[in-house]
Formats: sequence, C-alpha cells, structure tokens
Amino acid sequence: MTAAAAGIAVVAAVTALTAAAVVPLLARAQAGAPLLDVLTAPDTLRITRFTLLQAWLSTLISVGFAIPLARALAHQPQFVLRGTLLRLMALPLGLPSLVGVLGIVEVFGQRGWVNGLLAGLGLDSRLEIYGLTGILLAHVFFNMPLAARMVLSGLEAIPYESERLSAQLGFTRAQHWRHVEWPAVRQVLPGTLLLVFMLCAASFTIVLTLGGGPSATTLEVAIYQALRFDFDPGQAVVLALLQLMLCASCYLLLDRLGTDVDPGMTLGARARSGLRGSGRRLGDRLLIAIAGAFVALPLLAIVISGLEAPLGSLLAQPAVWQAASTSLAVALAATALAMAAAWALAAARRETMRMRDPPAWRRALEQVGGLVAGLTLAMPPIVLGAGWFVLALGFDGPFSIAPAAVVAGNALLALPFAARIIEPAMLGHAQAYDRLALSLGLGGVRRFRLIDWPVLGRPAGLAAALAMAMSLGDLGIITLFGSEDFLTLPYLLLQRMGTYRTSDAAGLALILGSFCLTLIWTAEWLARRPRRSAP
Amino acid sequence: MRRLIAAVLALITLASVAEAKETLMIYTYDGFTSDWGTGPKVKAAFEKQCDCTVDFVALPDGVALLNRLKLEGAATKADIVLGIDTNLTAEAEATGLFAPHEVTVSGLTVPGGWSDKSFLPFDWGYFAVVFDGDKLKFDQFRSLKEFVEKPGPEKIVIEDPRTATPGLGLLLWIKAVYGDQAKDAWEKLKPRILTVTPGWSEAYGLFTKGEAPMVLSYTTSPAYHMIAENTKRYQAFAFSEGHYMQIEVAGMTKSARNKELARRFLSFMISPGFQDLVPETNWMYPAGSTSKPLPAAFDTLVKPTKSLIFSSEEVARNRKAWTEEWLAATSR
Repeated sequence: MTAAAAGIAVVAAVTALTAAAVVPLLARAQAGAPLLDVLTAPDTLRITRFTLLQAWLSTLISVGFAIPLARALAHQPQFVLRGTLLRLMALPLGLPSLVGVLGIVEVFGQRGWVNGLLAGLGLDSRLEIYGLTGILLAHVFFNMPLAARMVLSGLEAIPYESERLSAQLGFTRAQHWRHVEWPAVRQVLPGTLLLVFMLCAASFTIVLTLGGGPSATTLEVAIYQALRFDFDPGQAVVLALLQLMLCASCYLLLDRLGTDVDPGMTLGARARSGLRGSGRRLGDRLLIAIAGAFVALPLLAIVISGLEAPLGSLLAQPAVWQAASTSLAVALAATALAMAAAWALAAARRETMRMRDPPAWRRALEQVGGLVAGLTLAMPPIVLGAGWFVLALGFDGPFSIAPAAVVAGNALLALPFAARIIEPAMLGHAQAYDRLALSLGLGGVRRFRLIDWPVLGRPAGLAAALAMAMSLGDLGIITLFGSEDFLTLPYLLLQRMGTYRTSDAAGLALILGSFCLTLIWTAEWLARRPRRSAP
Repeated sequence: MRRLIAAVLALITLASVAEAKETLMIYTYDGFTSDWGTGPKVKAAFEKQCDCTVDFVALPDGVALLNRLKLEGAATKADIVLGIDTNLTAEAEATGLFAPHEVTVSGLTVPGGWSDKSFLPFDWGYFAVVFDGDKLKFDQFRSLKEFVEKPGPEKIVIEDPRTATPGLGLLLWIKAVYGDQAKDAWEKLKPRILTVTPGWSEAYGLFTKGEAPMVLSYTTSPAYHMIAENTKRYQAFAFSEGHYMQIEVAGMTKSARNKELARRFLSFMISPGFQDLVPETNWMYPAGSTSKPLPAAFDTLVKPTKSLIFSSEEVARNRKAWTEEWLAATSR
C-alpha cells in the first residue's frame, strides 16, 4: 500500500505542477481571442509537420547508431578508455545547446576542421551543414550518446545465464543478437526512443541556429514567439499542449513496442562479453572509435576554445563561483527529487506486478504513472516558468519562489530519464530475486542493502548522472527566474556571450563541462558496487 | 544545520536594518547590470547623491523586460524600467503603467530630437552589417541595395525577427528602404543568409568563430573590439541609404513608491554622471550630455548620413504583418 501511495503522490505532484502553470496562463489569455484558432492556422500545420519530421529523423538516426554502438561497447568490456568514453557520452546532455552548437560548428562548419581537411586533401567538395543536415548532426551529437548509454544499460542487464547458454548452444553472432540481445534492447528501446524524440521535438536553439532559415521552425519556436513577442499566453499554452499531445501519441505508440520479459532464475553475475574470440573485435573497436571521435571532437573544440580563454581571471571572479555553487545546489536538489519520484513510481509498479490479480485502479495508476513520468520533458520550460511566475505574483512574488521554481522545473526535466532507467531495472530485478529474497527471509533495509542495491546501484548511478547533466545544462526556467543573486553557470555564460565576451563564455563552457563531468563521474562512482564474479 | 538557520536569520535581520534607507527598484536587462556593464557604476554614482539604495532586477533583454511588466501589471515593484527600445514603447505605453517623466529634454543628443512624454532615451545606436576585415573590404558594399542585390558568395548570419531585437531591426531597415518591395528584397537577400539565429549571441558567436564573414550587429560593435581587444579586424559597412536606429529608453512607473526619487534618477540618467559611462560599458552612443569627448575609437566608426526609424506606433501596428511577409519570402 505504501508504495502505491507514494506513486499516487508523485502523479498528483507532477499534475499539480503542470496545472499550476497552465491554469494561470489560460486565465491571462487575451480576452475574446479564439484560443483554438491557432491550431488550424496554416502556419501551425507547417511548423508541426517540420517538428515531427526533424524529430523523427533525428531520433531514428540517433538510436539507429546507438544500438550497434552499445552492442560494440557491451562486447568490448576491456576496451581502453571505455570508462572515459562512457562518462563523456553523458556530457552533451549537460551542455547548453549554444555551447554544443559552437563546438559542432568548429568541427563541421564552413571553416571547420572537416572542411579544412577536405581542402588540405585538395578536394573541391565542402561540407555544408546549415539546413536539415546541421539540425540532424547536432541532434545526433546531443542524443546518440545518451541513447547508446541507455541501450547499453539494457544490454548490461542480460543475466550471465543467458550468455552462458548462448555460448553452450554455439550461437552465431546473429543468433545471439536475436535470442539474447534483442529482447534486452527491446526492453529499453521504447523509453530511449521517446526520450530522444522529446528532446528533439522540443529543440529550439539548435533548430534555429543550424536550420539555415525560418523554414526550419519548430513548435517550441512558435511557443517562444507567442510568449515573448506576441505576449499571448493563451496561444502559448495551446501550442504547448499540442506539443504535449504529439509526444503523448508518440508515447502510446512506442509503449506497445516493449514487452514484459521474465529473465528467469539468475545468480546475478554480470554477463561479460558473450562472444569469445570474436572476429568482430576489430569491427567493434572501429565502430567505437568512430562514434567516440564524433562525440569527442566537438567536445575537444570546446576544450580548446576554453583553454584560450582567461581561465585564471574567470576563476578569480566571485560571480563564477557563486553561479557554480547555485548550479550545484539546483542540480543536486532536482536530481534528488527526480530520483525519489522515479523510485516511487517504479516501486508502485513493482508492488502491482507482485500481485496475482491487481485491482483495476492499480493498473490505471501504472498507465497514468508511466505517462506522467514519461512526458514531463515535453512541456516547454518557458511555459512552466511563465505560468508559475504568474501564479507567484498572486502570492508573495516570484523572487521568493525562484529557487524552488528552478529546482522543480529541472526535476521535471530530469524525471523521464530517471524513470526510464530505474523502472525496467527494478522490475527485472524483482522478477529475478523476489523468490530468493523470500526464501532467505530477507526484507526491508537488509534486503535493499544485500539484494537490491548491488544490482540497482548501477542503473541508479546512470539515472542520477543523466538527471544531473540535464539539470546543469538547463537554460529554460532560469531565464525567467534568474537574478543577480540567483544565477546558474549556463545563465552566466549566456550573459557573457550577450555582451561581446565570447572568450569568457568559452572559458565558462569549459568550466561548466568539467564541472558536469566531475558530477557524472561522482554519481556513477558512488553507485558502483563491487560486483560478484561468476561462480 | 541549526547554525546555518541562525546565520540566515541574522543576515535577514541585518538586511532589514540596512533597508531603512529608501530603495529605488530598477528593472533592466542583464547586459546592463553585469559586473563590467553600466549598472554597477551607475548604482554607485547615484547612491552617492540620493541617500538611497539602488536595486536592480535584470532580465534577459528588452522584450523580456516589457513582458515582465505586463505580467506584473499595476502590482509591479519596479520604480524605473530601463532598457526597452523605441520599437516597444507604444506597447509599453499601452499598458498604462508608465507615468510622465516631466524631465527637460533640451540636453538630449539623439538624432531627430525627442518628444516622448513617458520615456527618456539613455543611449542609441545604428544597426549595421559588421564584417571581418580579414576576408572583406569596406567598399565591398556601399549601400543596402548593393548588399541585397549584388550576387556573391559572401554570407551573413542574421537574427530572427520573431525572437531577437536586431532581427526586427533588419526587418524594419529593409522595410524603410524598400517599402512595398521589401518582400522581393528578402527573396533576393535569401541566398546570402547563412543562417538565422534566435538571438544576437548565437549570431555574433558564429561570426567571431569565422563561420560567416558578416553579421547583423551595430555600427558601434567595432569599437568594442578596438578598445577591449585592441584589434581593427571587425568593421561595419556604411550604407548610403542610411542606417536603421535603435534608441534605448527608460521610464518611471505610476506605482513608483517615491516619484520624486524616480524623477531624480531620470534626470541623472541623461546627465554626464551616467552618460559618460555609456560608450565604453554599453557600447552605444550617449543620448544626453557628457563631460568628456567620445573615446577615440568611436571617431573611426561609420557615421550614417541618414537615420532611419519608424515611429513606435507604426511598428506596433505593422510588426505582425511585416514579420509574416518576411516569413513568406524567406521560408520557401
């Protein structure tokens, strides 16, 4: 009962937070303006079409590359720099879009490294990224590594027994994929697709900056315009709800892809590279190297620009330290909230799963919980922020709620990541271990310490790392609630950028990146526990 | 933990003691209040003569500033709103939140004079196509017409008029020069546009990274590079039709707690104590009297023969239609 109550509380809290933004904005809608007309405007149709097109293409390419990459990483556990690469792969999520875009441009842009190389080789052809190409390139840079890490977490959950059986049966690589790996990938695939889809659908800076012109406009741009230049909160809400509906239909579509998997009895040893002496070793490593370079080069460009900046003087500025500590506090609080919420929802679902014949309300909670936790990323932060702002005006004023609003907003952004990683891990683990725990008479804290955490710690670490990165790089709500006394590193970076201080901004990007990487490292290190070796 | 709470409480008590002085609350944009911006120096200078405390609330830009005001309505805590431009003053006026400034405007140096009863200018500048001197020469384009119509491979990064003030500036500039032909002009200009960014920062970032040899910015942008970075590499083209102007203004709210204090600030704003700071902190031209000549670098900047500007009412009336026109011409 307690787990279900906590799950209901989470659903209620998320719904309330969303309503707290939507209702005040609708109340402020321009009087007399027919709200729903915007839905049938030809421009809205065009923008929606482009939003869906670029988001689906970006998602399919990102995840399409992520699966073979994750597989290669799973097969090569001894690969040098593997650990470093895995941490780096969580990093793009923690970079404000503008920083990532400038890194990408340095490598792939008009006068980027690639074009320099082409010219150096005496080739006439040039890489032209502005347009759909640039959008896709940037979205793959930001999302492919994320997707790969999520798929890899699925592959790492394959029990040792399955791998051993596969080896005993002498499965070929293709058979191994079909019977062992695919079922595991299929578990995490819907969640991964949905996350990447939402991130791409709500993309704003990337789409405008690299899109080459206003034909590349997403709903998020229209929402921003409605809220800013036209100051039409009603229209902004309607467009935001449209975006939410698109993502919800995507969710319902993808939800059918996943299946419940019974891993059967396992001793819990981690599978280590199923295929022995595989001739694919070279292929795997080549794939890892190419993908690694694709992610690392723009990051390297950011590091190089950062090192050219006056880092010493930046680090001597109190404003930088203040922003860093604010960012840290916000990220930790938002991550803790998101993790607790995701854990509660997953536990509620686990409780339902254990019942032989769960009541209808529990099944409903399962559905609604999944939907609510999965879709918080689809609600534009500027709409949430503006709504809360209006609401706060009625009370004590926005300044007193600024930290709470930013933390809550970032927790909502981070929740889908946490939920998508923790839930499958927890359910799979419960199916495998419940009987064992029961037969040993283990329960409560002891069970958590001895049985749950050693296995769930790793996915929890990944979830926390991604949630933290997502929160650190966020530039949504802070732009509404930020002030001289309350500003985060990305916000400070944007300020410097906006006043000709591009080299300061480059230095701050490096500082933010290192900071983010340190946090990711710490989260995953804390969550890693000594693994028991195979018997 | 308990000690922390005690410390916080102590701080609050201290803060409320300091609060005894009168406070002037200024809403502005964050470039103004940044450590190196005009704000901190203005605060120090005005506090010396007013026996008051100046507090800033900083927003990302002028549009956000106006929106904040619309959201807060009559309950706003702002005494002064500083940093919206004349493209927005009609909308700002329409909120009914501003009180007449009642300040003598005879000392103002804004081209075209000043007559607005609610708002006072504190600085102004011209939009310009800024170019990279390593790649282009200043006589490449001598007019907006040449720039729009002469074909060539040199690209420009511009800002989106739906989201950024300079983007709106170019839209109005082309409208002012081409009138009914503006749509054709945009179609001709389209191949020259490398990309359209959501804000000035992205555009200027791409430009200084070398992605395009041109960017839409201000005639005063080169002064920053000359003074702060000691390089003449970045310069602006002088267009013979004239350049579109941006005038940044401030006004006092009807809800200002101490109107006399707010008015004193507005007078101070157009006096040398404030205006002397403008060129090298806000990188724009001062709108009022100064006690010293402009920095030498400003003498080398493009001086437009003609200043183009629509009235705020015209912009408010047509912005939507003109943006639609731009969209239709460039999104094909």
